[in-house]
Amino acid sequence: MARIVGVDLPKNKRGEIGLTYIYGIGRSSAQKILAQAGVDKDIKVKDWTDEQITRIRSILNEQYKVEGELRSSVQMNIKRLMDIGCYRGIRHRTGMPVRGQRTQTNARTRKGRKKTVANKKKATK
Amino acid sequence: MSRSLKKGPFIDYKLEKRILEMNQSGKKTVIKTWSRRSMISPDFVGHTVAVYNGNKFIPVYITENMVGHKLGEFAPTRTWRGHGGKQK
Repeated sequence: MARIVGVDLPKNKRGEIGLTYIYGIGRSSAQKILAQAGVDKDIKVKDWTDEQITRIRSILNEQYKVEGELRSSVQMNIKRLMDIGCYRGIRHRTGMPVRGQRTQTNARTRKGRKKTVANKKKATK
Repeated sequence: MSRSLKKGPFIDYKLEKRILEMNQSGKKTVIKTWSRRSMISPDFVGHTVAVYNGNKFIPVYITENMVGHKLGEFAPTRTWRGHGGKQK
């Protein structure tokens, strides 16, 4: 069982896929990490040696922003936009799409479940 | 697509001139501007700019965090007060 930066990696998956269970690591950065660590990307996570795990860990620590650190920095960026009161910040505050998408229809991801007219509008902050 | 770095940020010439003049003389007055398309440069910090939103001028106090945004981002052009129903 490999435990890297606080995440349990699935042991029956190939290393390339297994690493993507870390927040902030996708397929392409997983491949880069494994290439840099000199680990074949097709080796399953459970077959990694301790030494290989250490190398992967140190690469992650030094070069990548992952998990909590990344999450908080994303939140900080959004908070900055909200604090300065710019258009994007206002859109974040009101829970509307930020990048100029249409809102007459769709946009349900940002707006949440449909509110029927009879219902009182949910308070948004 | 983002703007080519080669060109540098766009600031309306007249607006930039007035800001720089105020920086030199140390005065602080509210500048009215229609130039919503101007980028906020570090020179703007600490000034108040009244940005036109198509109806009236919205006073915007420029802080350091706003550098790199455009003036228009701080003066919304649309009003939306929510759909009907009882307000509280």
